[in-house]
Amino acid sequence: MGMTRNIGAATIDGLAYLGGLTRLAGGTTRAMFGEIFRERRLPFRRAIHQAMAVGVDALPILSLISFFVGLILALQAAYELRNLGALQYVADGVAISVTRELGPLMTAILVIGRSGSAFAAELGTMKVNEEIDALETMALDPVRFLVVPKFIAMLIMMPCLTIWADAMGVCGGALFGVTSAGFTFGTYLHATMNALMLRDIVTGLIKSVMFGLVITLVGCQEGFKTGLGSEEVGKSTTSAVVTSIFLVILVDLVFTALFYFGATG
Amino acid sequence: MSIDENSSQHEAPPFAIEVRDLRVSYGEREILHGVSFNVRAGETMVILGGSGSGKSTLLRTLAGLEQPSGGEVRIRGKNLQTLSREGWHELRTRMGISFQNGALFGSMTVGENVALPLREHTKLDRSTIDIMVRLKLEEVGLSGYEDYYPAQLSGGMKKRAAVARAMAMDPEILLFDEPSAGLDPIIAAGIDELLLKLKQAFKITIVVVTHELASAFLIADRMILVDKGNIVAIGTPDEMKASTHPRVRQFLDRVPEPEMEQELDYLQLLTGQVVPQRQ
Repeated sequence: MGMTRNIGAATIDGLAYLGGLTRLAGGTTRAMFGEIFRERRLPFRRAIHQAMAVGVDALPILSLISFFVGLILALQAAYELRNLGALQYVADGVAISVTRELGPLMTAILVIGRSGSAFAAELGTMKVNEEIDALETMALDPVRFLVVPKFIAMLIMMPCLTIWADAMGVCGGALFGVTSAGFTFGTYLHATMNALMLRDIVTGLIKSVMFGLVITLVGCQEGFKTGLGSEEVGKSTTSAVVTSIFLVILVDLVFTALFYFGATG
Repeated sequence: MSIDENSSQHEAPPFAIEVRDLRVSYGEREILHGVSFNVRAGETMVILGGSGSGKSTLLRTLAGLEQPSGGEVRIRGKNLQTLSREGWHELRTRMGISFQNGALFGSMTVGENVALPLREHTKLDRSTIDIMVRLKLEEVGLSGYEDYYPAQLSGGMKKRAAVARAMAMDPEILLFDEPSAGLDPIIAAGIDELLLKLKQAFKITIVVVTHELASAFLIADRMILVDKGNIVAIGTPDEMKASTHPRVRQFLDRVPEPEMEQELDYLQLLTGQVVPQRQ
């Protein structure tokens, strides 16, 4: 009886959370399009500021991580491929896994750690300091003022970061290919290009946009939900990271399945 | 636009703020148990009360940040509960609020903070806004601090900057949450002086929530004492001083609460409701 009740309560909480995310998404979209139709300028200056923080500042660490992931993938693939005498397929393996899956996913996880947590902490601190209330009392919609710039920045930067991560992953694979699998950099790139279809890259990019959406919404929702006191900001930040990672994986699963059955069915 | 709306715009309502039987609850717990009062236009009303008396909730409700569970609040003759989105927008551009800790936006300079409502709600060009920001900061004694970030200011300066931001749109009504809390007596006196100056210069309606008696008696035209979610007394400072109401006397004479002898007394203190004694 107790367990049934707990499962029921958890389901209701989960649905309520998703409902909250949907409402925030709706509010953000309305605020964005409302601005466009009322011929008011979108908050581009703040969006650019956010895009710098979300995107440009993440490049060094993202490059390093994706490069290493590409290299690791090449090493793991080579381990089996060598036994089959098919070492030349390392480039194909790395290219496909990076562009379809690991590029978008590693980017998302890094962005969650850097920006999703920062969104929750920023909005949470603003909530605790009554800055969100201050915005409301100044007749400024907190969603328009705070969420829309982050939303725009994420929707633009996530695909860009993902393409960059894809490229860096391929470079990581190339390091192995050139040093241990008899490729030159040119032949490795050529093999990569042959292995890839535009579809591989596009599905990865579509996923990355969805991840960006999830990360922004969860980060902002957790920030807005912050209770009173600085301890609550820490809790919101943790919760934003954990929930975002979970939802990103879930979205990844849904879209990968859609693409799979869409392509085969 | 209907005729009624037209006439209410031209005839100034007799009261800037009317509160009728206002009830506010957080979840199950009722914080305000039906309070009623009016604030006249141009008047400075001080809401006095101890910690947890409900005075800050009252101010937040006037600012539209809390939803009443009963009763009504009218500001400039408009009922807050039935106000449309546009109505809220219009009302809020005519109201300024200064929060307890200033609530300045930490990522913006003081100048940008003050300029924000002007930039968002008016079509003024940049140089005009710059001049207005400088004037507003001068009014609160902060000229030259445009490029400082809130974190670089002292507590008193933050409050002054918050007042400048609240004044940016030349509001008709100004709400203050604990203007002198956490400030030393000299800085607090400076804030009181600033409030008096604003009142004389701009004839705005001011509502101040505080528990600082000295400051309250200096700035108030009338005052309200809130206790456990009810209004205990309302009147001019002289009437309050002359009041014989035991709660007013206790508050003004700073008499501590009597020791709680029984748990039920403590419960009563917390909830404001008389708990029937069990036999």
